Formats: sequence, C-alpha cells, structure tokens
Amino acid sequence: MKGLLNDICANPGKFVANKMSTKPYKIIVGLEIHVHLATRTKMFCGCELAYGEAANTRTCPVCLGMPGTLPVMNKTAVEYAILTALALNCEIPSFTKWDRKSYYYPDLPKNYQISQYDLPLSRAGSIEIPLEEGGTKRIRITRAHLEEDAGKNVHTLGPFSAVDLNRAGTPLLEIVTEPDMNSPGEVRALAQELQRIVRFLGVSEGDMQKGHMRFEPNVNLHIEHGGQVFKTPITEVKNLNSFRALERSIAYEAARQYEEFLETGQTLQMGNKKTFGWDDVHEMTVLQREKEEAHDYRYFPDPDLVPVEVGPEWLEEIRGRMCELPLAMQNRLVSACGLSEYDAGVLTGERATAEFFDAAVKLGADPKRACNLLTQVGLKLANEAGTPVDQLKITPDHLAKLAGMIEAGTISATAANTLFERIAKNGGDPEASAKEMNLIQSSDSGEIEALVDAVIAEQAQAVQDVVQETKKAKKARGFLMGQVIQKSGGQANPKIVAQILSQKLDAMK
Amino acid sequence: MAGRIDESQVRRVAQLARLELGDDEVSQFSAQLSGIVAYIEKLNELDTEGVEPLAHCLPVHNVFRADSVRPSLGVAQALANAPEQAEGHFKVPKILEDGSGA
Repeated sequence: MKGLLNDICANPGKFVANKMSTKPYKIIVGLEIHVHLATRTKMFCGCELAYGEAANTRTCPVCLGMPGTLPVMNKTAVEYAILTALALNCEIPSFTKWDRKSYYYPDLPKNYQISQYDLPLSRAGSIEIPLEEGGTKRIRITRAHLEEDAGKNVHTLGPFSAVDLNRAGTPLLEIVTEPDMNSPGEVRALAQELQRIVRFLGVSEGDMQKGHMRFEPNVNLHIEHGGQVFKTPITEVKNLNSFRALERSIAYEAARQYEEFLETGQTLQMGNKKTFGWDDVHEMTVLQREKEEAHDYRYFPDPDLVPVEVGPEWLEEIRGRMCELPLAMQNRLVSACGLSEYDAGVLTGERATAEFFDAAVKLGADPKRACNLLTQVGLKLANEAGTPVDQLKITPDHLAKLAGMIEAGTISATAANTLFERIAKNGGDPEASAKEMNLIQSSDSGEIEALVDAVIAEQAQAVQDVVQETKKAKKARGFLMGQVIQKSGGQANPKIVAQILSQKLDAMK
Repeated sequence: MAGRIDESQVRRVAQLARLELGDDEVSQFSAQLSGIVAYIEKLNELDTEGVEPLAHCLPVHNVFRADSVRPSLGVAQALANAPEQAEGHFKVPKILEDGSGA
C-alpha cells in the first residue's frame, strides 16, 4: 500500500495518464473553492484588509463580535462576487439574503459565520477548463455565494491557543462545483483556470502564498466489478492551499479509498462521509472526523442584515465591467494570431501581459516576434522586478517597433532582446537606442558583397571544401558565414549574408 | 403528539450547542421545550396559502457602505476586554482538534 501511494504521490501525472487503462475505477471529484476578494476593506466593517500585519491591529467592534454592533455590507464585495458569478455563467437571482451558520471556534468571535444558505447570490453556472490532452471540458458550477472569513488560531505561543482577528470578516467568495471532475489533473486545471479568471477580473489577487485561494475537494470512486458499480464513501479534504497539495491529495485519496474498499467493501451511505486534513510533510490525508450529526450548522436568516435585490439595471452595470476572459483570449490568440497553445497560455497567464501583447499586435507587430520578446525577456524582467509587465518602462508601441525592426532586418532577434531589456529598464526610443548601442545590422548588399569577396579570397581551404562538396562542405559553409559576420563587426544581416555567399559559392562550382 | 421534543432530541441539541446536561435537566427541558413547540403550533392554524416566506421583517433592502477604510481600534483597545492575552493575541484555552476555518 505504502509503495503504491508513494509512487502515485511522486508522479500524479503518470497516474492520471494510466488511469483509464489500468485503474478499475473512476475518480469523482467536486470542489469547493474559497476566494478572498480584493476589496480594500472587510465584508461588514471598514477595517482595512492587510496581510502580515501585527496581530489584532485590523479590528473594530464589528469584526470583534462586540454586542450591540451591526454589520453593513461592502457594496464592492457584492459587485465583485456578482461579476465573478457572471464570468462563471451563473444565474443571478434578483433576491438574495444572509444567514447565520453556527460556528464554535474562537477565530469567529460571534459564534456564527455570516454566510448564505438557501438563497445564494448565484447558481447554476459552468466553467470551461483546458485539458492536458488538448481541448476543454465543461464543469458545472452549483453556486457561488458570499461569506466572511474567520480569523486565525495560533497554537505555537505556548500551552494554549491564541487568536488573531485581522482576517476575520474578510470577504470570501465560496464557489461550489458539481462532481464533474475525474482526475487530479482536471481538478488542478479547474483551480488554475479559476485563479486566472479572478485575476483577469481584478476581483482577487489569487495569491496562493497569502491564502487568497483555498480548496476543499470531495472525492469518491465508482468501482466497476462484475457488471456492478460500487460507490465508495465520500471524503472531504479540508483547507488545501496549493495546487500541488490539491492534486496530490486527490491522487492519494483515490488510492486510499480503493485500498479501503478492497479491505472493507464499505460503500457510500447517508452519513458516512468523512473529513480529512492534508499532511504536507508526509504527503498523506489524515482523518479529522467522521461526519455524523456534528455537521448540523443550524442556519437561520441573519436579522442584522437586510436582503440584497439585484435589479436589471445594476446587473447590467456590473456586466459592463466584464473583460474578455482568459480562455477565450487564449483561443483567440491561437486562431487569430497563429500562436501555439503554449505561447497563448503563457501570455494569458496575467491580464497585464495579455493586454500588452494585444496592444502591440494592434500597432502592427508580428504576433510571433512580439510574443517571443514579451515572454522571453518581458516576463523575466517583470518577474525580477515583482511587477506586471505593463509597469516596466517599455510600452506596447516600443514592442511593436522592435518586432518591426527584426522583421525589416534592421536588427537581429538577439539585438532586439538586448534593446527590450534596456528600454524596459531605462526607457528610450528603440531606433535611437539601437543606433546608440551599435546594433543596427547592415542589409546593404553592396557592402556585404565586398565582405563576402574578401572572405572568399582569404579562406581558400574552406571555399574548396564547399565547391568540391567534400564531407566538410556544410561545416565550411557555416565557417565562411561566421567569418563574414565577424568582419562586419556582427552587424551584417545574416539572411543577406547567407544569400550572397550562396550565390558566389554556387557560381564557383 | 406532533412537535413533541423527546429526550434524544434534547441531547442532540445540547451537543450541538456544546452544553452538558444532567439526566434531570434533559427530562425537564424535554417537557418545557415540548410545551413551547405545542404553543407555537397554534400558528399552523393560520392559512398561509400563497404567502411568500419572509426573509426579513423590515421592508428595506440594499443597505451598503462604500469600500472605504475606517480606522481600526489599536491592538490595546481591541484586547482591552480580553480576560487573558499573549503577544497581542486573545489567549484562549488550547483548542484540541482545530477544525476551524470558514
């Protein structure tokens, strides 16, 4: 058992690929995702959202749960939630309300969490996820609703627990999918696509390190045996905060459940759902509790908050803020710009990158050249600077000019990379910079012809190898080419050099 | 009798509310809660055919605030009512199995 699990965890991808042919079961996964919304303030009070601040410095009587206080809805949070729900193709009911969910940990001091129960702000949507083997798959979204996050319980200060309420009350969008995913890879793809969407919309930073996205997969197996399908009990894995942990926990659960089924024959029944945690160090799931009646949250409508009515006018106003979504944009870059799936995927990883690229192409840049410059140099520099690419000193106009200069043979692709880097750091005009840095390559055929003649005169042995087509002919041709470029001080256009050199050498045959 | 709260239901509700009840209390509350439920059952006599469920008793909706920052309390004030504190945190009894998280 251990051996099998280790093998799977070390290589979930392989496991997925072999699933159909070698595994006698189908994995069924539904996912709950919690996303922190990037508002300035909390859901129900004006405390500023901040990450990594000293404990309890971002609290007020409302988020401390003091008696006599009243929560007031953050309008931006509601709009962010609706915008995301629209991007997930959800229905937005015209009426939604708040409920209290009983809660017994001190990180929410009211003893309940404000959430939404029977009338969530959205339902019945879907998301397209890209599949590793190409194409996409549509995963149904059950609902997306707003709630408040809890604070943090700290267990490391002594033989007691300690509570920091800075995070308590952070607007949290809970998105629930139908059990439509059938492999760890598909679940990862959904999580990553969702991250890309919320970042494109600007409703969340989606920063995994800061806990902006947390995942809770519900996993079970359909095992076919003797013409009958057996369903294993569902397990929920709590609070996963990385794509890697998400993918691996599902691979681990699948193997564990199969093993357990072979041992016990236990199948899915009412009330035998179990909750697991994920041990990141040992890469295994750990039983937290058997789901019995302890899971009665005793929801009831929150009398402190009035309902939200979303009329057609407001809904249209929010819909007006919708941008082109990443997957649609990725597909467009493939079909309209002729980029590879991979390149289009890299460019649409961040909205700033995608829009930068789009703007350069609109200004006439060759898409492939613009893409290479942007992904090979631009993203590296942006990454080093810790900013989006549009915060560098280079503009889409510069990028279009650089691409055009390569296209025209004025500069080499390597020189364009050098120029991109310089302009990104210091600003400046591409052509002026190219002249200043001596990077303009010569396409003057008269000049190049003279250089070629000189080299042919100097390198008799190599010329002979080419003309007589000896074994060394190919190498010799490259050598001659290099000599001409060198003689030009690296500034001769290689295309034109190759052309003239071939003409001359062919004429000597 | 319909709506009667038997002792097993009392024990279950007590567990959900993290209350420890003695056997005497269980039977006492069973009787009291059954009385309350029986009293409220009077409402069943009303004809509610075609009446929408009420989500809130006020005829008000969409009460929002702008997403603008208001000063938080300082940590000293935030912790002023805490019986115990530790390094700027509320100090609470050790949580054994922490299943917290929204």
